[in-house]
Amino acid sequence: MKKVLAKAYLYLLLAMLYAPLIFIAVFSFTESRVLGNWTGFSTKLYANLFTGGMNGGSSLLAAVENTLIIALISAAIATVLGTIAAIGIFNLKGRKKAGMQFLNNIPMINPDIITGVSLFLLFVFLGITQGYVTVVLAHITFCTPYVVLSVLPKLSQMNPNIYEAALDLGATPSQALRKVLIPELRPGMISGFILAFTMSLDDFAVTFFTRGTIGLETLSTYIYADARKGGLTPELRPLMTIIFLIVLILLVVMNIRRQKANQSK
Amino acid sequence: MIKRSYWSLPYLIFMVVFVVLPLVLIVLYAFQDGSGHFTLSNIARFFTDSDSLQTFALSIEVAIENTLICILLGYPAAWILANRKLNRSAVTVMLFIMPMWINALMRTLATAELFNMFGITLGKGTLLFGMVYDYIPFMIYPIYNILMKMDNSYAEAAEDLGATPWKVFWKITVPLSMPGVMSGVLMVFMPTVSTFAISEFLTNNKIKLFGTIIQENINSSMWNYGAALAFIMLLIIGITSLFNDNKDSQAEGGLI
Repeated sequence: MKKVLAKAYLYLLLAMLYAPLIFIAVFSFTESRVLGNWTGFSTKLYANLFTGGMNGGSSLLAAVENTLIIALISAAIATVLGTIAAIGIFNLKGRKKAGMQFLNNIPMINPDIITGVSLFLLFVFLGITQGYVTVVLAHITFCTPYVVLSVLPKLSQMNPNIYEAALDLGATPSQALRKVLIPELRPGMISGFILAFTMSLDDFAVTFFTRGTIGLETLSTYIYADARKGGLTPELRPLMTIIFLIVLILLVVMNIRRQKANQSK
Repeated sequence: MIKRSYWSLPYLIFMVVFVVLPLVLIVLYAFQDGSGHFTLSNIARFFTDSDSLQTFALSIEVAIENTLICILLGYPAAWILANRKLNRSAVTVMLFIMPMWINALMRTLATAELFNMFGITLGKGTLLFGMVYDYIPFMIYPIYNILMKMDNSYAEAAEDLGATPWKVFWKITVPLSMPGVMSGVLMVFMPTVSTFAISEFLTNNKIKLFGTIIQENINSSMWNYGAALAFIMLLIIGITSLFNDNKDSQAEGGLI
């Protein structure tokens, strides 16, 4: 009885959480411009999305492209910067270590709008024209802390002597780095990269404040502008459905990875 | 060979430029007038402008209500998820976490469209519903995490000593899970105060939250007043983080 009630509660909450997403997914398979008006099954919206055959279609595709490129570049740089930083922080001691960890926490605690406004003021103050580069820099800023936090636990799980052993056995520092350190840290780096990538994809507020006035649109800013004009472009429905599926697949893959990692421990 | 602790230097320099300096600039701009002279007028303007004050009060109210509803609905869910007798499915846990990974704007718009379709008037009620919908995963996850890590022997000891399940729950489980609740509060409360766009979409521009007025000021080039508002928000963040033990902020990093 208790179990039935508990399950019912969970499923009720899940139904609430997923109702809007499922609703969007269902109505991505009909042609109607108005949401909630079923005019028969059709994949026309999907076709429109991929061929750009719609009003302002190329700008939506461009926004998706921008979003992906920005997320890839930011996540890649954040992974390199964050991994090097994690190795450094791990080898720090006492107050310096606590200080670095405190700094690392700031971008995670700050709401997006604070990060966005503060970086906006920075670029204004330094007289840097805002655009692609400033958006990427801003994304690196809020992504890197997650990489650091993903890599740090791998460093504490690792046997510290194997790196020294490699050096003693005649490996150059760069060989020891490539052959010993990086393979040990790789799972943390991958988790960190995926986390940074999704954080960047998700972002709206920070991009909004740092993209300047050159008309750079990411998916979020495109949706924002679109919704303010009144009514969503119907082609956003298939796009949301696809993103929803990609996230689902990514999470399943990561969960399987984690379970494997737990088993091998 | 250089010492490995020096590897943190590039990141330190990066953080000083892109995290510390920008925050300093918020404070600087907040206490300057348009021509760069020191002034308290931006801060004073906030405290004398009834519109800003009302928006601020409303934001805090919505944030408190949202946080409470998230705890009330989310705690039982986290508890059931973490209870091995009631839930063994990792997939269910994942389904609760997944919405955190989907663009909040998209989810908000989907919710607003759903309300529109059912002819529900957008207003405070839909705002709260949408906020709970957006933020409840951020409450469930840290509580679930801490419940999973909790040492069961405390609860078992209490049971052996004759405590009823109800007593065990209130005297053992709830107090031990408080750090999780606190990080949940941190992940729900401040973001609610600071959201812009979300509140506009959920209320059809009828209700503005604090984040929206910051955005409006910055976008209309009122940088100093915008910075002053951001500074006030920074103060609140400082105060709320004081309540939160530093160690718990790690919970967020362990998302996968």
